[in-house]
Amino acid sequence: MTRYIFWRLLTAVPTLVVVVTLTFFMMRVAPGGPFDQERALDPVIRANLERAYHLDLPLVQQYAIYLGNLARGDLGPSFTMPEFSVAELLAAGLPVSVRLGGWALVMALVLGGGLGVWAALRRNGWVDRLVVALATAGSTIPTFVVAPVFQLVFALSLRWLPVGGWEGGAFRNLIGPVICLMLPQLAVVARLMRSSMIEALHSHHIRTARALGLSELAVVLRHALRSALLPVVSYAGPAAAALMTGSVVVETIFSIPGVGRYFVDAALNRDYTVVMGAVVVLAVFTILFNLIVDIVYTIIDPRVRYD
Amino acid sequence: MQYRFLRSTPSMLALLATLALPSAGLAETVLNRGNLDDPESLDPHRTSTLAEANLMRDLFSGLIGLDADARLVPDAAESWTVSDDGLVYTFTLRADGKWSDGSPVTAQDFVFSWQRVVSPETAAEYAYMLAPVKNATEITAGTLPPEALGIRALDDRRLEVTLNAPTPYFLKMLTHQSTYPVQPANVAKFGAAFTKPGNLVSNGAYTLTDFVPNDHITLTKNPDFWDAAEVAIDRVDYYPTADTAAAVKRFEAGELDTNRDFPTSQTEDLRAKFGDQVRVGPTLGTYYYGFKTDKAPWNDPALRQAISMLIDRDFLSQKVWQDTMLPAYSFVPPGIEGYQSALLDYAAQGQIDREDAATEILTKLGITPETPIKLELRYNTSDNNTNTAVAVQEMLAPFGIEVSLVNLDTKSHYGYLEQKGDYDLARAAWFADYADPENFLSLCSSGTGNNMTNYANPEFDALMAKAAAAAETDPQVRMQTLHQAEAVGVARDLCVMPLMFYSYHNLVSDRVGGWNDNVLDVHPSRFLSVK
Amino acid sequence: MTDAAIVPEPAPEGRGLSFWGNAWARLSRNRLAMASLVYLVLMVLACVFGPMLVPNSYDRIFQNYTSLPASLASHPRAEAVGPAFEAAARRARLEVTDWRREGDVIRATIATAGRTVDPRAARYFDRSDLFEGTEIGAPGPSGTELTTRIERHHFLFGTDTTGRDLMARTLIAGRVSLSIGLLSGLVAMVIGVLYGAISGFAGRIVDQVMMRIVDVLYSLPFIFFVIMLVVFFGRNFLLMFVAVGAVLWLDMARIVRGQTLSLRRREFVEAAEALGVSRSRILLRHIVPNLLGPVIVFMTLLVPNVIILESFLSYLGFGVQEPMSSWGVLIAQGARAMPSANWMLLFPSLFLISTLFALNFLGDGLRDALDPRDH
Repeated sequence: MTRYIFWRLLTAVPTLVVVVTLTFFMMRVAPGGPFDQERALDPVIRANLERAYHLDLPLVQQYAIYLGNLARGDLGPSFTMPEFSVAELLAAGLPVSVRLGGWALVMALVLGGGLGVWAALRRNGWVDRLVVALATAGSTIPTFVVAPVFQLVFALSLRWLPVGGWEGGAFRNLIGPVICLMLPQLAVVARLMRSSMIEALHSHHIRTARALGLSELAVVLRHALRSALLPVVSYAGPAAAALMTGSVVVETIFSIPGVGRYFVDAALNRDYTVVMGAVVVLAVFTILFNLIVDIVYTIIDPRVRYD
Repeated sequence: MQYRFLRSTPSMLALLATLALPSAGLAETVLNRGNLDDPESLDPHRTSTLAEANLMRDLFSGLIGLDADARLVPDAAESWTVSDDGLVYTFTLRADGKWSDGSPVTAQDFVFSWQRVVSPETAAEYAYMLAPVKNATEITAGTLPPEALGIRALDDRRLEVTLNAPTPYFLKMLTHQSTYPVQPANVAKFGAAFTKPGNLVSNGAYTLTDFVPNDHITLTKNPDFWDAAEVAIDRVDYYPTADTAAAVKRFEAGELDTNRDFPTSQTEDLRAKFGDQVRVGPTLGTYYYGFKTDKAPWNDPALRQAISMLIDRDFLSQKVWQDTMLPAYSFVPPGIEGYQSALLDYAAQGQIDREDAATEILTKLGITPETPIKLELRYNTSDNNTNTAVAVQEMLAPFGIEVSLVNLDTKSHYGYLEQKGDYDLARAAWFADYADPENFLSLCSSGTGNNMTNYANPEFDALMAKAAAAAETDPQVRMQTLHQAEAVGVARDLCVMPLMFYSYHNLVSDRVGGWNDNVLDVHPSRFLSVK
Repeated sequence: MTDAAIVPEPAPEGRGLSFWGNAWARLSRNRLAMASLVYLVLMVLACVFGPMLVPNSYDRIFQNYTSLPASLASHPRAEAVGPAFEAAARRARLEVTDWRREGDVIRATIATAGRTVDPRAARYFDRSDLFEGTEIGAPGPSGTELTTRIERHHFLFGTDTTGRDLMARTLIAGRVSLSIGLLSGLVAMVIGVLYGAISGFAGRIVDQVMMRIVDVLYSLPFIFFVIMLVVFFGRNFLLMFVAVGAVLWLDMARIVRGQTLSLRRREFVEAAEALGVSRSRILLRHIVPNLLGPVIVFMTLLVPNVIILESFLSYLGFGVQEPMSSWGVLIAQGARAMPSANWMLLFPSLFLISTLFALNFLGDGLRDALDPRDH
């Protein structure tokens, strides 16, 4: 196992390089640049700006410079906010996103998993129907609808919570964004859990366990849950990476200073270095969480082996 | 991952505890301003956006400032004289002008700053704000050293500026943040990091206390500011509010005292809810479409005029934009002192008369509903732009002009236009940098960067040159000549097709005093107060 | 009974039919699933044929009826007639001395001072969405008489900010959303299941390489992928399916691969291997059928993502172009119009959510019906 983990971490490097390379060239092929705007720049000023950012060099040379800097851990300055380095922007935003995403992930897994198991045990009963209905609603109503409605109800009508803002991460300010981030994930987890739990409860070895007279609780927790967790765990890897790298919708609507917006806003602004930084972060999270998922596989299902 | 939660829980408890404590220092007055976007830079010489302009006006103090009604007032300079030929300006700085570290603001600081703006290494987007100053353009292009700039310090308090040619709007240009001073010692000490909170030394009414990107910017009253006694608000928090719908909710909840912009589709409801806290009024900006004037068939001014006649500007401004825009029949908006815009010929006609006239032209050109032509309309994506384009598409359809719509994100859209890509009709907008018609009309001069319609007409260029030459002799003649230029370039040739004039849309809480509406939509915090 | 025996084995033709036949029989006993199926069929029919049947076209702009709330009553409202009539008269530069309404006909007298009224003036009235068949009589002693009929329109779902009938728009939008939802969902499912199953089944280095490719794709910025597609292939409705499908199969692949990793160590797979059954046969006959449960459930969760993603593509200028629309686009516009124009959010959302509910119930029914162990 140690060898396997070591090997996986080793392959992370080429994976990252591929991600960086593909992103770099894809970004540059796309039309529009950081200095295109409503008001055209004077050609002389534009040339000065492009020289300052090495945009006047051949693309391959720019790529070489970027890779070299990246290897030294230097992500460069932002194009749109030149007084901030990308590292500074990420250092400010990432803890915010990780904190929100982490809460959302844990709650989605615990609540969603619990509801899914409960629904599976009460199959076709009212609990089941309610869970399925809630989960369906959660996965179908887009966040850009849920979030403003949440603000209207809890901030403007009831006045329980602030409309938005971060305030250094005050608890009141966390509630709205965490719930809006969590809902769609909770829905997926609940439904995946319910479905695989139903399957597991019908499987051969559970029937055997029941026949052997084990208590229902023991059957569910020790045997059924174990194999039913697989699809949820598979889903949780990428979901964790996505949640912890923020959501542009939630961050914009709730005025949260996370990194999620860099994936969309920076891309739309052609802030090349910030996009690269965000992509590197997402890639690292993805690789990391998928490795964790693969390790968790072997724990919950000993039949899974990587040899 | 897990330890994060463990760690964050106590910190949240601590925060809760601090929230529960009664806040000390009751006297501090705070203004929460919604400000569209975060600044891209806090270096006055590198700023360009409206959001940045607001911050710069609070942090720095240029030679000339704008008061609560956007009138020119002396700021860092207490007085100035202009030579008879209009070429040499001599400014006298005020004796009590100080940086926030207590040192005096000197003429040498301005010399350093202006040389910095125009030098190629700074790569300032707005270097052209100093273009009227002698040798500025050559320095930006790298052919002359920054020291050659037409500015020198006569002594610590007297500054002499030499221009290339008389420029009647030069003083107006000095209200732009790219002409504000930075402290040479401050820049030398911290380099590019001089704008960070704690580092930045400024000479305006406020100093920079905190800046968390995408969260907030805190400004604190500067006790060393020359007019500090008149500054009422102790602390100003600026919040980026890119999502206007969310900003309206924050305003309603009292989390914001003022905000620029709100979704125009909600104007009526907001008026009902907030009454006169909704402030809408004309500003110096024009929403226009441009034909690619060197591409057939759009190179025919008659065809351009026919299409222009078919667009019902009243419907666009009243219904699509819910009265937050004004119908435009000239490129230069009204409200510029001493200038009378040249209107399109059919400005006074009813829409049906225009349609008849347009049908006549189109029939002559062989364009009828049976033999239609195609037109591709490009715009950058936003709800209002989409609705406008859809409405125009419907207006032109019955007359044999089949409009197809192409929308792109803002960068792609303008990138395409700047690279002179192939198109038929495209959306754009222009906001005045300073209140002068030349700032608009130069968009139609041959070969300038912002002339995306490729309009090139020697007659128009000659009139513009004539107006520039008249600057020295007679400002009135200059304005008349600019009027003629607009009559030729816009009213006759439609180098751009004006559709609507922009309005500012502000939400201003009743708490806030001193917010005087003006065409420049300029509201420095130093003139505001909070009840 | 061994596990192998309960795995569906469609091998000899006759048995395959009975497997699907049995599944159908089980499905048709599930009332909720059947009701959902009927609902979905009705929804498809409504979106395909509805736009031709509703009175207003989805792209017609009613300049006088912008942002109307939903209502069963017809327009114009009684109180709107007067101001609209006077406004039209003003635009035609006519001086109306008096006017009266008789049912749906308006008769007005115009002060003309002996001159004839320009017959084109009638067009100002007909141009308005409120009046039609305007006629101008001969000049008389008291003035010229003008008659016009009031045009009746219904906007059951209200209108949008440019004055287009939201019912027609919701129906036409359904065409785009349903087709992209189902097609892209299917594309993502097929790619995801095959890729994940092959990866999990092949194991070792193949698995590692295939999963690292997924990691790479997962990290790429979607926006540039889309913008690049536009640059290389131009604007093409079909490409939207490719873009969406290409992104959304990744999660599916990971789920399927995880299941496969576990399945291939099961006795029945090892038994089949021992019997010398070819690997591709094992994959298709034994692994894939056992994946159906999570796959179908995830598929029903995928479709809403597809529909929402499409609205983002449209924002980037890559999805549907105005005046066409999709549910995602309408909902996004509606969400921004909240809280002033709730109907703009309500109706497209109702259509989308009810469809997805039906899809979910049908998915559950299908899952149960296809589950070989579940009788």
